[in-house]
Amino acid sequence: MTDATLAAPAPEPVEVQAPRPRPSRAAALPLKWLGVAPFMLFALLFLIMPTIHIVLGAFQTPEGAFTLRNLQGLAVPQVVRPFMLSIKISVLTAGLGCLFGLILAAAVTKGGLPGWIRDAMLTFSGVASNFAGVPLAFAFIATLGRLGLVTVILKEVFGINLAATGFNLISFLGLTLTYLYFQIPLMILIITPALDGLKREWREAAEILGASGSQYWRMVALPVLWPSLLGTFALLFANSFGAVATAMALTGSSLSIVPIILFAQIRGDVLQDPHLGYAIAFGMIVITGIANLVYIVLRTRAEKWIK
Amino acid sequence: MGSPRFWSWAALVAGLLYFFLPLVGMFEFSLRARRGEYSFQAYTNVLSDPQFRETFMYSVVVALFTIVLGVLIVAPTAFWVRLKLPKLRPVIEFITLLPLVIPPIVIVFGYIRLYNTSSWLPLTGTAMGTNILLTFGYSVLALPYMYRAVDTGLRTIDVATLTEAAQSMGASWFTIITKLILPNILSAILSGAFLTFAIVIGEYVFAALLNRPGFGPYMVWMGGNKAYEPAALAVIAFGITWACMGVIQLATRLSKHNRVQR
Repeated sequence: MTDATLAAPAPEPVEVQAPRPRPSRAAALPLKWLGVAPFMLFALLFLIMPTIHIVLGAFQTPEGAFTLRNLQGLAVPQVVRPFMLSIKISVLTAGLGCLFGLILAAAVTKGGLPGWIRDAMLTFSGVASNFAGVPLAFAFIATLGRLGLVTVILKEVFGINLAATGFNLISFLGLTLTYLYFQIPLMILIITPALDGLKREWREAAEILGASGSQYWRMVALPVLWPSLLGTFALLFANSFGAVATAMALTGSSLSIVPIILFAQIRGDVLQDPHLGYAIAFGMIVITGIANLVYIVLRTRAEKWIK
Repeated sequence: MGSPRFWSWAALVAGLLYFFLPLVGMFEFSLRARRGEYSFQAYTNVLSDPQFRETFMYSVVVALFTIVLGVLIVAPTAFWVRLKLPKLRPVIEFITLLPLVIPPIVIVFGYIRLYNTSSWLPLTGTAMGTNILLTFGYSVLALPYMYRAVDTGLRTIDVATLTEAAQSMGASWFTIITKLILPNILSAILSGAFLTFAIVIGEYVFAALLNRPGFGPYMVWMGGNKAYEPAALAVIAFGITWACMGVIQLATRLSKHNRVQR
């Protein structure tokens, strides 16, 4: 798909500069394209070819013949379960990230709070959305781990034993809570411009017609925001689906999500079938690809309203 | 007090709790290295660890090379596409967004298979080759951010007119790029550079799977072997992220300031 789009635009400039005399056109064309050659070579070597290699590998036997067996090999419990777990965790963190991010963004843009809070929130979101990976896991272990600050305070001040309530940071719930730390800020960063695009006139019109605050949100604002919300959901989904380092540093490899399985497979062929690794990677590309496609389609639709 | 405003404050307080408790927790934890008192012992331990210095310096150097490589690839391309090949812009933009679509672990998986010792370009065969591969890989990871930053910077200046003016005064392409375009998009490039730095410095998956002694793998190793030092490392990493974002804000603000004066 990608190399087709690369090759396709080549003939176009011929039509664009039609009135020019022939010799100069012939001389100008290659030079013009030479300008993007380094970039194209870079993208081809380090982005497109490696990906295509993986995709092709998913359809090949170790001898190089075409096969669908690798993809069928995905249908075993030790692969299906991680995929389900990854999808579950990505849906949950994307959904909650959207919800809490929207609430916070709405509070600072439309909630009548002082203006500097909005700026501070956006700056902090820029930092927090980049504060992912290994250090984030350490921060949560230091807070909600067995000896973490909150765990200790809850126990000594409030007499609540967090571990006895069944909470464990190294779990589905713990990972969700940790992922939200970069999901919510990302949502705030993306949705704030959309909220700014909600025109004051719409609210005033709704109020003049007798709408309550919740009616305005339910019947005017949310329908307008809907494509942005769904689109951001897809982006957050892909964001969480591909994340490895946070989960790795938080849980070791005790929580089998897809990227961790793939990591182990690349390191040491734990599934005892090298080409199953290709198939898993291909599955990941398909899922994040679909999520991003949804994002792009919905964003173009959202931009119709938010101008 | 109106009720919407009350709920706004409530949401804000809840958000503050969620976002600041881990930061406080991480800082408090990092001070606990000595029994019974708060101290900076964990930081002293980390900073005096030769492994820390080696891996950190390694990641800093790789980050710097990544930035140079990223700027060299992205800036001329974005400029050229705006000037001569506007029809190609959607294609380039699509390519620059691909690293957000394809999970990094899949990209590095492709590297390992494509550039192994028995391939046509055996980059992973030597340490230097792997370093180069890692640098290119990080440039790919940073591509979406670098391209967006530079392209936004180019949008604010009239590339075509400036270039034509320079050309009619006899400037060479080299002069045009170094004396005209670069100074105008310097703050944009700085934004991209510091974002790249923040991404690369603690990156784990690429460095671990390519077996390079980066800061990310070191942090994971510490996480498995020490109690309080990881928290100190997290504080340091957070400080670096915060500093990078601060510089970006400053750069954008300064460039806006310049534009108003003109």
